Amino acid sequence: MRSTAETLSEARTAAGTDSVRDYLLAQEKKSLLRFLTCGSVDDGKSTLIGRLLSDTRQIFEDQLAALERDSRKHGTTGEEVDFALLVDGLEAEREQGITIDVAYRFFATPKRKFIVADTPGHEQYTRNMATGASTADLAIVLVDARQGVLRQTRRHSIIASLLGIRHIVVAVNKIDLVGFDEAVFAKIAEDYRAFAADLGFKSIVPIPLSARYGDNVTARSPRMNWYAGPTLIGHLETVAVEDEALALPFRFPVQYVNRPNLDFRGFAGTIASGSVAEGDEIVVAKSGTSARVKRIVTRDGDLKEAMAGQAVTLVLDEEIEVSRGNMLVAAAARPQVADQFAANIVWFDEQALLPGRSYILRTATDQASATVSELKHRLNVNDFAHEAAKSLAMNEVGVVSIATRAPVVFDPFAQNRATGAFILVDRITNATVGAGMILHPLRRAENIHWQSLDVGKRARADMKNQRPAVLWFTGLSGSGKSTIANLLEKKLHATGRHTYLLDGDNVRHGLNRDLGFTDADRVENIRRVAEVAKLMADAGLIVIVSFISPFKAERRMARELMVGGEFVEVFVDTPFEECARRDPKGLYARALKGEIKNFTGVDSPYEAPENPEVRLKTLGRTPEDMVDILDRWLAERDLAEDSYDDGGGI
Amino acid sequence: MLTHLQRLEAESIHIFREVAANFSKPVMLYSVGKDSSVLMHLAMKAFYPAKPPFPFLHVDTTWKFREMIAFRDEMAKKLGFDLLVHINEEGVRDGINPFDHGSNTHTHIMKTVGLRQALDKYGFDAALGGARRDEEKSRAKERIFSFRNASHAWDPKSQRPEMWNIYNTRISAGESIRVFPLSNWTELDIWQYILQEDIPIVPLYFARPRPVVERDGMLIMKDDERMKLRPGERVENRMVRFRTLGCYPLTGAIESDADTLEAIVGEMLTARTSERQGRLIDRDEAGSMEKKKREGYF
Repeated sequence: MRSTAETLSEARTAAGTDSVRDYLLAQEKKSLLRFLTCGSVDDGKSTLIGRLLSDTRQIFEDQLAALERDSRKHGTTGEEVDFALLVDGLEAEREQGITIDVAYRFFATPKRKFIVADTPGHEQYTRNMATGASTADLAIVLVDARQGVLRQTRRHSIIASLLGIRHIVVAVNKIDLVGFDEAVFAKIAEDYRAFAADLGFKSIVPIPLSARYGDNVTARSPRMNWYAGPTLIGHLETVAVEDEALALPFRFPVQYVNRPNLDFRGFAGTIASGSVAEGDEIVVAKSGTSARVKRIVTRDGDLKEAMAGQAVTLVLDEEIEVSRGNMLVAAAARPQVADQFAANIVWFDEQALLPGRSYILRTATDQASATVSELKHRLNVNDFAHEAAKSLAMNEVGVVSIATRAPVVFDPFAQNRATGAFILVDRITNATVGAGMILHPLRRAENIHWQSLDVGKRARADMKNQRPAVLWFTGLSGSGKSTIANLLEKKLHATGRHTYLLDGDNVRHGLNRDLGFTDADRVENIRRVAEVAKLMADAGLIVIVSFISPFKAERRMARELMVGGEFVEVFVDTPFEECARRDPKGLYARALKGEIKNFTGVDSPYEAPENPEVRLKTLGRTPEDMVDILDRWLAERDLAEDSYDDGGGI
Repeated sequence: MLTHLQRLEAESIHIFREVAANFSKPVMLYSVGKDSSVLMHLAMKAFYPAKPPFPFLHVDTTWKFREMIAFRDEMAKKLGFDLLVHINEEGVRDGINPFDHGSNTHTHIMKTVGLRQALDKYGFDAALGGARRDEEKSRAKERIFSFRNASHAWDPKSQRPEMWNIYNTRISAGESIRVFPLSNWTELDIWQYILQEDIPIVPLYFARPRPVVERDGMLIMKDDERMKLRPGERVENRMVRFRTLGCYPLTGAIESDADTLEAIVGEMLTARTSERQGRLIDRDEAGSMEKKKREGYF
């Protein structure tokens, strides 16, 4: 293999700087392959990339000198250079000799350019492997010849498959340590093919190699004459990775509306698939409105047509309503627009995925509030079994139903990687907690329409001469919620107000009798109660909800269900020690002895509200004092009548 | 099929637009070097026919080459963008300089602290920068949208997963995101693009006779009178150019006769050392880039 540097060096000597332009022109015509290395810990991923970089001469002298210094300090290869140190760029990685996060590396051969994502093998860092895989066309799955196919080999292969990777290289590494044995190689290749038969890969190419010594990496190994297949680089240079996006229908997720002055209104975005030409008819996916493309604007002049991958600005012939999150699409082949769909999910967060909990869903350019309405099953990465589950833990994979608060535009991921993917974001920490690949829309969303009713919420409330509210009491068990709520309802009732008190314990005897006290059940418990409270507020009632409701995310979900100003979070703020001392039901004594599991404040967390509308500090005060505070608060709210918004019914 | 540079260009433009659409107060860090020149060129493309909907910020350490400052002001005038210049006045008052205080202290106070001051002063929630993953191995690990906590620190051990081109831009008050539209460009791509698009760059990149002093194995250009010669040192006029640009006392020149873009690219292709070798600040200690980045350096 000749390096680019040598090739050019010769060209320069021969023809001077003219050849630089020729050389660059040739560079421009090279195709790009994005791939990742994955597989189990210590199978030699980083070493392989170091070897690839070194053998394609991408390593500069100063970097080599630094590598030799580092190898002596942190290396795991004795006297020899430890190539893994080239890619393990974080201090923690070099100290521990492991890969924590994905590193991107760039190299080129005379035939192709490459971007490699070197991803971590530890199960704990699966999310970083998924990050690297999401933009790759091919995966090199490393297998230690001594170990064979492991659990993590399977997990990474399944994730690669789910994320749409269609080409696999099974790099049977450390073949030197099994004496270059053909039988060992053949067995691993066969095991892998059997395991991956249903993963939808277009090509699976097993290659025996030694990353450490370079056998079959860039040069054929003289020590494995039995092997007739390609070298790793030989395969990477020639594997056909088709650009499918171009052949698909036109999809243009609108990123940004560019309106510098009254004469120009353009929709900026990147063409996700297909192509578009001046004069084409397009449709706005969410509204169904159609228009024609008047101009395809770039700073280098207008284009006659543009294709998948290009970032352009489209000007339409008519002034129609389009904003970020919508999609301009081919009139003849439209995407799905739905608020319920089924999807594969890979979960990343330490806090498990819980059905019923509200997350932010982000697609190419849209975002919507979303809940996982159903966890259909969890996928066992060893045997592909579909297992029943109530939650998905970190690094687990499953199939779910998703419901969004507003319809989103998508294609099934299997048809279009760019418009079929989404991420889920935690509402409180803003962490990216999961990645999803849409399977299909759920038809029930389309068949159930809102029935519009003539008697509205406002009319119901006016008849009672009151403004509806949901007073949501949260606090530890024994904090005084029920006592205060009960007193408050008595007082409101006495002054002619129409009320209803939803009590946590009481609701668990009926509506929620099927739920236990796991995190998943607590979330569902709150979801149901919030929906009931919403119906009651719609009926014009003042609803008092008295629930421990320990999680911020669920209280926020309840808040967002209600019309602005109607949700009143009341934090009954009594310290844990005081609650445990009062212990009206004897529960703390039992929980502290370990007789009750998942008890809030003991072995299940309570997330205190940061900005409740009302905070009741109960220490040293009577319940009557607390009710007075609430009563005054409600009276003041009712004075500010003009902020009343009836939300138009539910 | 798009060419390699067309793909890179489109990806960068996409990233710029995500920033404009998702953040309320973004800013672009402009450091006057070649990567900044490319970044600015891409910003102009991303929002055409509008101007980029954010200001450009230069954190001036007061030790930049004089030609860089002249170039900066000329570009701002020519392209008509909103240029903010921030200098850490406390550092100036304390007389912080690279000769007496060393590269580490100087860079930390005038650049890292200066940047943090500027971000806090204007309340920017996103800062675009020209860093590339091929520059250095801790940069190879960084996300395109890279989260910073309220004290501007990077936690390399818990980066947000970054799937496809769906970027998580959500932050809480006081937090911010650093955004790197050139993440996937290599040094060669940058030069090729400069050549293809005819992008103006600071003349210091081209070989000229310049007054240099040999110091600590590097060729340092005597850009003004503040540089005092040590015993035995003398200023020589040599044909040199710079592969990267920073503070002049910390940036080594290379001997070269490459005085055209083609010649620079040709020289780069046969180079035996990496571009950051000319940066004194990266060599102070192992892992020094990662350490600086965790503290808020770009």
